[in-house]
Amino acid sequence: MGGLSMEDITTTRRNISIGEKPDGIEGTGFFATSLEKVVGMARKNSIWPLPFATSCCGIEFMATMGAHYDLGRFGAERLSFSPRQADLLMVMGTIAKKMGPVLRQVYEQMAEPRWVLSVGACASSGGIFDTYSVLQGIDRIIPVDVYVPGCPPRPEQIIDGVIKIQRLVETESLRRRDSPEYKAMLNKYGIE
Amino acid sequence: MADSQDEKVVNILKEKFEDQVLLVEQLYDFLTVTLKKDRIIEIIEHLYENPETKYQFLTTLFAVHYPHTDESRRTITGQASDIVVSNEGPAGFIAIVYQLHNMVSNHRVRLKIYLPEENPQVPTLTNVFAAANWMERETYDFYGVTFDGHPNLKRILNVEDMIIFPMRKEYPLEDQTREDKQDEMFGR
Repeated sequence: MGGLSMEDITTTRRNISIGEKPDGIEGTGFFATSLEKVVGMARKNSIWPLPFATSCCGIEFMATMGAHYDLGRFGAERLSFSPRQADLLMVMGTIAKKMGPVLRQVYEQMAEPRWVLSVGACASSGGIFDTYSVLQGIDRIIPVDVYVPGCPPRPEQIIDGVIKIQRLVETESLRRRDSPEYKAMLNKYGIE
Repeated sequence: MADSQDEKVVNILKEKFEDQVLLVEQLYDFLTVTLKKDRIIEIIEHLYENPETKYQFLTTLFAVHYPHTDESRRTITGQASDIVVSNEGPAGFIAIVYQLHNMVSNHRVRLKIYLPEENPQVPTLTNVFAAANWMERETYDFYGVTFDGHPNLKRILNVEDMIIFPMRKEYPLEDQTREDKQDEMFGR
């Protein structure tokens, strides 16, 4: 165990905390809160990301999933390589115009509720690739929830983006995806 | 420097196609022959079959756009020969460049023809080299060169609904739909 004393180990243990419970009414033997808050809490802490990595931002993402930064600490340990079981589409890298329909199809195959994180300058705006062959931002074909700037962004920034997604997931109304506003927004992208 | 093989190739070319050869150069030690466009396929076929040359591998086939800048520099008559040999260089042409390789003697040659940029048209090479199929599609995709007789002349790399030929100089490189590049931000 090297230089670790028993005290160090117990200190480390003390630093582990469990998530906060939502607001509610509490008494002996019961706890009452709204379903929305419980579902939000559960979803927030078990996001299944689908990595759509095409270039250097994907390498940063690999570091983010690795032991040092460990996105698993935020409940996003389980990557889903099928869009059908994914909650969060993480687009990392340059999307060529020819790949646009593929990305769109992946998005359409995801089940609701679904979120999109656009990582890096290229996915967000085309970045340095201001050219005839590159899609100038994925928000031209699919709706995006959170943008992470950077070229490429550091793993800390990607984690920051995921935490912002978590905040959206936690506070989202259960009926949002049925609302006319949401449907109108999807229609704007020509989806459904 | 011209080696004996280079001289042999030039002699074989001139023996049968004397009137087609416009210019013979050594560009960075690479034999480059500029030819008239009319009998180019016949010439490549001859170099393929002639036992002295046997150029049986097509390394690459591509185009170069020499944009039309000044009316006085432009001459299509005489198959661009006036322009090609002048110091000013060609203008108003799309050049098609064929690079051939003899795998046995490891010898290479570059053949160049000039087409007018308004209507670049040349017979397909696919009947000699099957490998020319995708190369000609790429050249069509980026330069709009029509290869007569090509079995499947459509875009290969760019999106199918693209309406421009992006490597031609009259089309800007930048994506024209981008909104964040305002001139004032760049001091323009």
